[in-house]
This record gives sequence, structure tokens and C-alpha cells, in this order.
Amino acid sequence: MTSVLVDNWGLFRSGFLTTIKLFLIAGVLSLAFGVFLALCRVSPVPALRRFGGGYVNGVRSTPLTLVFAFFVFAAPKMGIELPSFFWCAVTALSLYTGAFVCEVVRAGMNTVPVGQAEAARSVGLSYAQVMGTVILPQAFTAIMPPLSSLAIALLKNTTIAAGFSVAEAGSIPAAMAERGENQMATLVWISVGFLILITPLALAQRWAERKVSVPT
Amino acid sequence: MTTLLYEPPGPRAVTRNKIFDVVVIAILASALAWIVYRLYDTGQFDARRWEQFQYTAIQTQLLGGLKNTLQAAAIASVLALVFGIVLAAARISDHAWVRVPATWVVEIFRALPMLILMFFFYFGSMQYNLGLSPMWAVVLGLTLYNGSVLAEIFRAGLVAVPRGQREAGYAIGLRKHQVVRIVLLPQAVRTMLPAIVSQLVIILKDTALGFIITYNELLYVGRQMGSRPEFGFPYLPTYIVIAIVYIGLCSMLTMLANRLERSSSTARALAPR
Repeated sequence: MTSVLVDNWGLFRSGFLTTIKLFLIAGVLSLAFGVFLALCRVSPVPALRRFGGGYVNGVRSTPLTLVFAFFVFAAPKMGIELPSFFWCAVTALSLYTGAFVCEVVRAGMNTVPVGQAEAARSVGLSYAQVMGTVILPQAFTAIMPPLSSLAIALLKNTTIAAGFSVAEAGSIPAAMAERGENQMATLVWISVGFLILITPLALAQRWAERKVSVPT
Repeated sequence: MTTLLYEPPGPRAVTRNKIFDVVVIAILASALAWIVYRLYDTGQFDARRWEQFQYTAIQTQLLGGLKNTLQAAAIASVLALVFGIVLAAARISDHAWVRVPATWVVEIFRALPMLILMFFFYFGSMQYNLGLSPMWAVVLGLTLYNGSVLAEIFRAGLVAVPRGQREAGYAIGLRKHQVVRIVLLPQAVRTMLPAIVSQLVIILKDTALGFIITYNELLYVGRQMGSRPEFGFPYLPTYIVIAIVYIGLCSMLTMLANRLERSSSTARALAPR
């Protein structure tokens, strides 16, 4: 059981490092993209609102695997070539997760008391200032628990990249099958790896939930 | 809520918003035009890339993929609901030896990537010659994860019923299983239904993971169709069609969930307190 891990340590190590890299890059990008989409959805400009709404509804009804397949197989056919499979994965994960981040951020804005926005406007702040200095910072606290759930989901979703030629943790079983190693032991070790990665995120989520639930 | 973030626009803001509106529409339209141009420029609108959809054999293949997607989703939904009910029942048990293992099962299966769960059945079946088809790997992977999520939905729904209901049940001498079955469940189901349907949408979407473990579902069929050189590798036409199918199916289920949510909230509002 342990020999499976020790003998193939290099494979496990590089696999999980790629997973973490994928998770961090896609996480930052989907957060930025999601906040942008949320701002679109609450903006006073109708076209932006419709764009945000349409994008979110469309993407949420599409399987992530299809988004991956689109960027890997279909996009090159229309001349959109991303530098590598890794960046295909980053793009697919960010575009997909961004839609979910948008909904979380929007729900978070709803939790900020109306008086805050009114007070901000009454002292003469512009829309951008109301958003940037009053609404978003306060919404952020309420957003933390659902956002950490999304982070966990994103981390788990990175495994889909295994089906699209990215050598991350999800691709370890296929490589191990070629080496003729014990598959069940391999999968148990991968599960352990994911539990280790997810535990701090889950703890952060619990902590954030407690923090939000305490009235300040 | 949008109106709470800014005052009703005055005449100057109205003009400004109109200008922004036009600018945004122009940007979106040019982005769309660029995409259409790329499609046109790379010959994606050529008849030969679309004529595959006229062949009966290919239509049959596509429908077969759709059938397999729906079949896996349907079986997994039923099994996940059953598994979820069992787990939820175990989690609200008064006996720690039932409750604690169930809690662990829920926590672990929710923490593992669904693909890894499917791999357990897929590679496990290969290693021990269990003869599980890829479909069952997909179905069982979906069942373990979604069953655990559904268990949490059920439990939260039962806990959310006002405490007085449970206490009243015990006060008239009902046993625990009677309180759950007669008093709590009928009230909880109404609030849980939207979340359950949303979870079914997730099951339907995640059947697409079967693509990776060679289950012959819609996306897998799409890959086969797209890789045919005689139609000029029609990946784009195929994926466009498949995306429309997925979005259509999921939107219908989501609309159902929204309708249930609305009707359950009006029902609650009308119910005597």
C-alpha cells in the first residue's frame, strides 16, 4: 500500500503540484471574472445586465466537461489556439466557475443593509465609489462561506482536466495503469491527497460561517 | 434590489446610461460578429460540416448518446435519492454508532472529486474483473456524491421545521419515526423540493464526466462525430448542437425548480402560523 506511493512519489508530487497550480490560477481568474459579472448584473446599464444574466444562466446549464471539450477540440478549429492544454483547463475552469462566483457575489450584495448604500449616496459618492468602498467590502464577509464552498468545488473540478491531457492529480490513475501499479491503492492515495487539500478550505469555511453568524 | 444601489436616474444619468447601453451593445455585437467571422473564415458554416446531421445513422448515434445520458441521470437520481434518504435517516439517529459513521460517509464523499469516485468503480472493476460497465461506474460515482449532498439537504430540511411541531408530536405520544414520517417530512418536503431538483440538474450535467471514462453518452458521441475527417472534423457544429441540448434540458429542470420554489413560498406565506 505505502510502496505504491513511495515508488511513484515523483508522479504523485508533480500531479498534485499541477492541481494546486491549476486551482490557484483558475481561482484568482474566476473570482475576478465573477465579480465583474456580478457588477454587470446590478449595473444601471440594461445591456450589461442582460449580458450578465444570459451568460450566467447559459453557463450554469452547461456541463463543465463540455466547456473543456470546447476549448480543447472545437476552439482550435475556429482559429482560437490556447498555448497549452493547461491553459485550456484554466480558461474552461475560470469561465465556468466565474458564473457561480457571480451569483454568490450578487447574493452577498443583497445582505448589505439598504441604509449603507443610501448613506453612501447621500454623502455624494459615485456609483463606482458606493460599490468599491461601501457595498463590496461589506458584502465580502457574507460571501466568504459560499465562496469557500466554490473554492472546494473548483479544486475538485480540476480533476476533469485529466480527461483533456493535463497531467494533474486526476491523471495519475491512467499513468499508474500504464506502469501496472495497483489501481485501488493509487486511488486511495489520491483521495487522501484531496482530503488533505480540502481540509484547510473546509475549516476556513466553518470559521467564516461562525464569523458571519455572530452579530457585530 | 438594483434600484437600491443607485437613485432613480435623472435626465443626465438617463442620457449617460443610454450612451453606455449603446456602447455595450456595440461591443457585444462586435464580439459576436468576430466569433461569427472566425467561424465563417475557418469554414465552419460549410455545408459539408453540417450535412452529417442529415444522415439517419448519425441521428441515431446522437439520439443514442442522449438516451445514455438520460438513462445514467435517471438511474443515478433514483439511487442517489434512496442513498440520501438512508444516510439522512442515519444522521438523525439517536444512536451514536449509526450517526457517527454516517456523518463520516457524508463528509468524505462530499470532499472527493466525482471523477475520482467514478475511477474507483472504473479501475476497480478492471482490476478485480467485476464486469461493471462504464455506465455503472458513472451511475455509482454520481450516486455516492449526490446521495451525500442530498442527505444534507434532507437533514437540513427536517431540522428547519419549527421545533414546536416536533415537540407537539412527542407530546401526543408519537414515537420518533412517527414524528419524522407524519409530522416533519410532509412539511419539510415542500421546502426541500427546489434544492432537490437543483441537485438533479447537477446529476444530469455531471453525467458528462462519463466522457472521460469512455461511457457512450452525449459528449462521447460528440467526440466521435467531431473527429470524422469526411465531414471536415465538425467539432464546432457538433458541440453547438450538444450544448443546445444540455442547456435546454437543464433549463427546463431549473425552471421547474424555480416554479416549485415560488409555489412553496406562497404556500408557506398563506399557511396559518
